Amino acid sequence: MVERNSFLTFLAHAIMILGVAVVAFPLYLAFVASTHTAQEIVQAPMPLLPGGHMWETYSKALIGGGAGAGSTAPVAHMMWVSLVTALVITFGKITISLMSAFAIVYFRFPFKGFFFWAIFITLMLPVEVRIGPTYKVVADLGMLNTYAGLTIPLIASATATFLFRQFFMSVPDELTEAARMDGASPMRFFIDILLPLSKTSIAALFVIQFIYGWNQYLWPLLATTSEDMYPVVVGIKMMVAGGDSQNEWNVVMATALLAMLPPAAVVILMQKWFVKGLVDTEK
Amino acid sequence: MKLKFVALALASALSVNAQAQTEIQWWHSMTAVNGEWVNDLAKEFNAKQKEYKIVPTFKGSYDESMTAAIAAFRAGNAPNILQVFEVGTATMMASKGAIVPVGKVMKDAGYKFDPKAYVSAVAGYYTAPSGEMLSFPFNSSTTIFYINKDAFKAAGLDASKPPATWPEVTLAAAKLKASGHKCPLTIAWQGWTQLESFSAWHNVEFATKSNGLAGLDARLKVDSPLHERHIENLANMAKQGLFVYKGRANVPEASFVSGECAMITTSAGFYGNVAKNAKFGYSLATLPYYPDVEGAPQNTVIGGASLWVMSGKKSAEYKGVAAFFDFISSPEVQSASHKRTGYLPITTAAYQLTEKSGFYKEKPGTDIAVQQMIRKVTDKSRGIRLGNYVQIRQVEDEELEQVWSGKKTPKEALQAIVKRGNEHLERFQKANKS
Amino acid sequence: MEKRVQFRSTWLPWLLIAPQVIVIGVFFFWPAAQAVLQSFQVQDAFGMSTEWVGVQNFQELFQNDSYLASFKTTAQFSILVAVLGIGLSLILAIFADRILKGAVVYKTLLIVPYAVAPAVAGVLWIFMFSPSLGVVAYALGHLGFEWNHLLNEGHGMTLIVMAAVWKQISYNFLFFLAGLQSIPKSLIEAAAIDGAKAWRRFWTIQFPLLSPTTFFLLVINMVYAFFDTFAIVDATTHGGPGQATSILVYKAYYDGFKAMDLGGSAAQSVVLMTIVIALTVIQFRFVEKKVNY
Repeated sequence: MVERNSFLTFLAHAIMILGVAVVAFPLYLAFVASTHTAQEIVQAPMPLLPGGHMWETYSKALIGGGAGAGSTAPVAHMMWVSLVTALVITFGKITISLMSAFAIVYFRFPFKGFFFWAIFITLMLPVEVRIGPTYKVVADLGMLNTYAGLTIPLIASATATFLFRQFFMSVPDELTEAARMDGASPMRFFIDILLPLSKTSIAALFVIQFIYGWNQYLWPLLATTSEDMYPVVVGIKMMVAGGDSQNEWNVVMATALLAMLPPAAVVILMQKWFVKGLVDTEK
Repeated sequence: MKLKFVALALASALSVNAQAQTEIQWWHSMTAVNGEWVNDLAKEFNAKQKEYKIVPTFKGSYDESMTAAIAAFRAGNAPNILQVFEVGTATMMASKGAIVPVGKVMKDAGYKFDPKAYVSAVAGYYTAPSGEMLSFPFNSSTTIFYINKDAFKAAGLDASKPPATWPEVTLAAAKLKASGHKCPLTIAWQGWTQLESFSAWHNVEFATKSNGLAGLDARLKVDSPLHERHIENLANMAKQGLFVYKGRANVPEASFVSGECAMITTSAGFYGNVAKNAKFGYSLATLPYYPDVEGAPQNTVIGGASLWVMSGKKSAEYKGVAAFFDFISSPEVQSASHKRTGYLPITTAAYQLTEKSGFYKEKPGTDIAVQQMIRKVTDKSRGIRLGNYVQIRQVEDEELEQVWSGKKTPKEALQAIVKRGNEHLERFQKANKS
Repeated sequence: MEKRVQFRSTWLPWLLIAPQVIVIGVFFFWPAAQAVLQSFQVQDAFGMSTEWVGVQNFQELFQNDSYLASFKTTAQFSILVAVLGIGLSLILAIFADRILKGAVVYKTLLIVPYAVAPAVAGVLWIFMFSPSLGVVAYALGHLGFEWNHLLNEGHGMTLIVMAAVWKQISYNFLFFLAGLQSIPKSLIEAAAIDGAKAWRRFWTIQFPLLSPTTFFLLVINMVYAFFDTFAIVDATTHGGPGQATSILVYKAYYDGFKAMDLGGSAAQSVVLMTIVIALTVIQFRFVEKKVNY
């Protein structure tokens, strides 16, 4: 990185290629599977090179196997629901976590320790375990089948707060001192200095939370009462035959890959932000 | 201005009356082609009359939709109709007041409801000891036997005579192995096919109290000599490579379709997959049995799901539910559903109608499942209804796997199943005291 | 751990912390309390008959041999997942940080697996390792290695560890990379000018400055291994062969979701929660001391 050590650069590339090969191999297989027919996949072993049925499979996945596929909601609408849900969860979580982490790290107030642990404990009991009672709360508040009901309960966990707390702790005290000496208010410091520094963390969290929100399955299934509020992941499940009927593996893989495209796009876009953030913080 | 207001009010009042259709919420777990079947049934019913509107909603897999229904029920907004898999039967029944028996729903709505019109092995599973039908059989399948005809021919076996008894199966497997076949026999849904259906097929007890139909204090009986003998046989076959274990639930089905395994015991619902994907000649046959056991073959037990009616809804809605159930139990609708999905017809009239249409001649083997069921049932073969059954199935899987891998003897495993299974049954009994 | 320099205000911190506290109060603590309550009750699935049984659910758990065996399985699993997950992704992040050419391609391909829904991830791994139709199983067979995770317990555990680590590598990689890239280049350059080689630079500058991120990931990976791996076991081994991959969270979710035994499942969740909280407290007490802020 600093010196042009060609051996280290070669090693770096070698390791990256190996890493990518291992990590991306399952996805490659999924793609190959989606280009064959279901029969070809089931005859072991499956060919390792893409087959010629790509269009057939993907159009089947998008339009549906026959007249009136399992879900009555069109795929486009489901993608919209997924998009709104994922974005609301992402922005909501990042916003309230930035504020909470700032308060916890940079202020002294009574019961601070208690609140920190209270927030932190939300990591220790995932949604699935408390899903029944959460449903009741949401139902009682009249939030079923609304975007609010789909998103707000999922904002209630501390991953982001914890990450920002870690990051804020590592910001040099000199910066804070300088700001205080300049007479800047805490919010000034927060907006002008802390936030720009946190760009890479925010970008990373954006990717993680967006994907988290996008891939939600069980909660939307419970919290909605009509199929037109289903996100796309639920739609996929509906097209996948289970139990007694046959599993059309090629269609399953195709729909899974299609549903993965928006989150993948987010990842690629955020790559650019990473680099930008890096350039900006070079002081 | 006033005129406009009055006109508007009138219009809205009229439109409300016109839309006084009672909506009936139906939560199901059918996907893909079966999901289309559900939606078509609803469409047909809604088109036939204007009073009620069935609204089917896919709510995930069987356990997901049950979780959703439980949560909804506790929050006061359960659906009208819920599709529940057969292992959840005891849970539904034991929750006092959560459901309304189908028999009662039909009677209250004034429909003539004759339980005798239903295939006893199918309906019996969902009937209370008093004879009242609790839930409506919807998609039922049973355990049958498939063989790969091409593999049989290659091994010098007569492909037109599938082995009917377990000794014959062992012989066939040996011949297949001798001819170089790597996987002569495999088993799907091992708990269901080799313990539950096995028991009913041989008219022996799987559990006390008529397999749980007669009371919550039923306890498992699978450590009997016959069961031990059968698992011992399978274990020996496994040791000799005649039986190859290919996983839990329906995972092994893939190895039959690919041609890897030559014989398999699994659900009748597997037929659609085989018909579409197998690149070899195949045959459907009845489940193998031990010829020296008195009373065998009796009948097999069903798998699949049934429709339950939830309590706490408006009376107009119950009338709609009854109308819908009446619709889907008509022989024409039943026969069409049976032909379309491969699930069993639930009335004898539907079976006869299908037979008359020549369907079974066209697609040989599709009547095997029905033939196994369309017999007079005994107390030991009417069906199984045990609490915490999902967990008991898992215990069966865990213990049997240890037999196949050689870690436990059949006797140890079966005794462990009884011990651990009975713990679950006791828990269930305690949780559902009246 | 506290910062030396802080702001003073009586009302601002309350305002800042309020939104999160309200959300978690209504949507976490209230439902969580009810879930915990369920662990002290025995009830039928629909809640029609409820009986208060105190600690009986817990007693039954600890008298159950399968449950006790699950502790060992879970410990084995979690340690492997956390160590491998963090170790491998750190290596990848360090080398990704060094590269200028083709960086975006590598990074994207390494992060994209995270976009795969957990259920689909499990399916992919079964696809590769299925003794019948899996390409990797087939390849292993050719090399003379009989892969059979259906009956071989070691294979079963290996499979779920691999699948769990695979999903987490993207997550860890992303955060390690973000951490590495927020280290000011000036520090690295200064050290290089001083003659420090890459290896030394890593241990004296990058690793210590990465320690907040490493600590974060240690806690998160532990929580992940204990709580979020249910879907992977459910899609691959279902706890088998026998009970070799029956980790605590799988048992808890299975009882709650498949078997509708809400009281038993709640009790197991409470036990899990207690373990994780204890482990976290230990980490905060002892490991955080070593973290450089």
